[in-house]
Amino acid sequence: MRSKFDEEMSLLHRELTRMGALCEEAIALTAKALDGERALAGKVPALESEIDQAERDIETLCLKLLLRQQPVAGDLRQVSAALKMITDLERIGDQASDISDIVCAIEGVSRGIAQRLHAMAQATIHMVTASIDAYVCQDAERAKNVILLDDAIDNAFQEIKIALVERIAQNPELGEYALDQLMIAKYFERIGDHAANVAEWVVFAVIGVHKGEGL
Amino acid sequence: MNPILTSHDLCLWYGQTQALKNISLDIPERSITALIGPSGCGKSTFLKTLNRMNDLIPGVKITGEVRYRGEDIYAPGQDVSALRREVGMVFQKPNPFPMSIYDNVAYGPRTHRVKGRAKLDEIVEQALRGAAIWDEVKDRLRKNALGLSGGQQQRLCIARALAVEPKVLLMDEPTSALDPISTSRVEELALELKERYTIVIVTHNMQQALRISDRTAFFLLGELVEAGATEDVFSQPRDKRTEDYITGRFG
Repeated sequence: MRSKFDEEMSLLHRELTRMGALCEEAIALTAKALDGERALAGKVPALESEIDQAERDIETLCLKLLLRQQPVAGDLRQVSAALKMITDLERIGDQASDISDIVCAIEGVSRGIAQRLHAMAQATIHMVTASIDAYVCQDAERAKNVILLDDAIDNAFQEIKIALVERIAQNPELGEYALDQLMIAKYFERIGDHAANVAEWVVFAVIGVHKGEGL
Repeated sequence: MNPILTSHDLCLWYGQTQALKNISLDIPERSITALIGPSGCGKSTFLKTLNRMNDLIPGVKITGEVRYRGEDIYAPGQDVSALRREVGMVFQKPNPFPMSIYDNVAYGPRTHRVKGRAKLDEIVEQALRGAAIWDEVKDRLRKNALGLSGGQQQRLCIARALAVEPKVLLMDEPTSALDPISTSRVEELALELKERYTIVIVTHNMQQALRISDRTAFFLLGELVEAGATEDVFSQPRDKRTEDYITGRFG
């Protein structure tokens, strides 16, 4: 029985890695679109559908594993953590798509803001990659480090907000444009939160503690 | 919760072979404790030490202690049959006596000199109700117990154990010979019975331990590897050997 279970667990790992990679790609495409290659934003909705499909596939796989193998202990944590992680990954896909919608609708972002958004995008991509790696390698320390990275993203959002408030004060007619940019920053900030959630579930899968509490 | 049974540093040998190694375990009152582990790990042997089912076998040597309500059950001069009235046992294979359903249940009380038809009737009915089988057998109490299905026979054996009003029920794989429906009846019964009795159950069925027990103790090669709240043992075992066993890596 165990070898069949191990086989299905490695399939689960592969599928999660694939879903994580799709999320990274979606964020990367929005980042490039922000940097000027606007046409790339049009590719994000297709990726989002793929991410949604991956969520359903992994969900089915996890439910099958729960039903047929009735896992306990570390195995149960792996499967239940995966079920929670895919919800956050799916949200990441949605938000990347939301960003790409805005990018298509506006004429690029202002200088200064663009640089900061770029940094936010790179940081969230790193968080997603590292948390999935941590899951596959069962490395709780690595996952904990990912959670710490979220603060920098929150700070970046605050900085952008302050900068945009100043711009609105100076040029009230650009208010809507500023708010669009603020939305983009907010979506990146939310992506950071979801990536941190993924990492929290990795910690749970490995050591059985979620946000400092046991089951 | 107060332990009703405690073992301390309990060792048992069958001849030269040591079957239990320094087992210290508390059994809390009115709860279900599951003993799990691979075949030959000592869990059934341990269960049997709790009502002295094995120390009278030639070649068996026991050291350490088992206390029932604080009293050492292995102390010289202890009355074994009085102990067994308090600590009853249900076996793996249903083993009704080849007599009527009524007489099966009345057997224990009669042995303990309960007299009077009305009194016995009352005890039998109560025990059969307690074992959730009254409705199925009330119209055929005089029929031979061997005509019952396996699941009914097992519940009859539980009724027989209950008839002498024990405080503790030891169950040695009580559902391993039963179909899923009978198994779930016995499990539900165990959950009802823990309101009034303390249950210690040996099981090979991990899901059963999870479904019904409050505490789980994992035995391996005669050692008690780990004991704790069932949810803890099955979600975050402290010992790697426990994790390996319950996740099916050996055993």
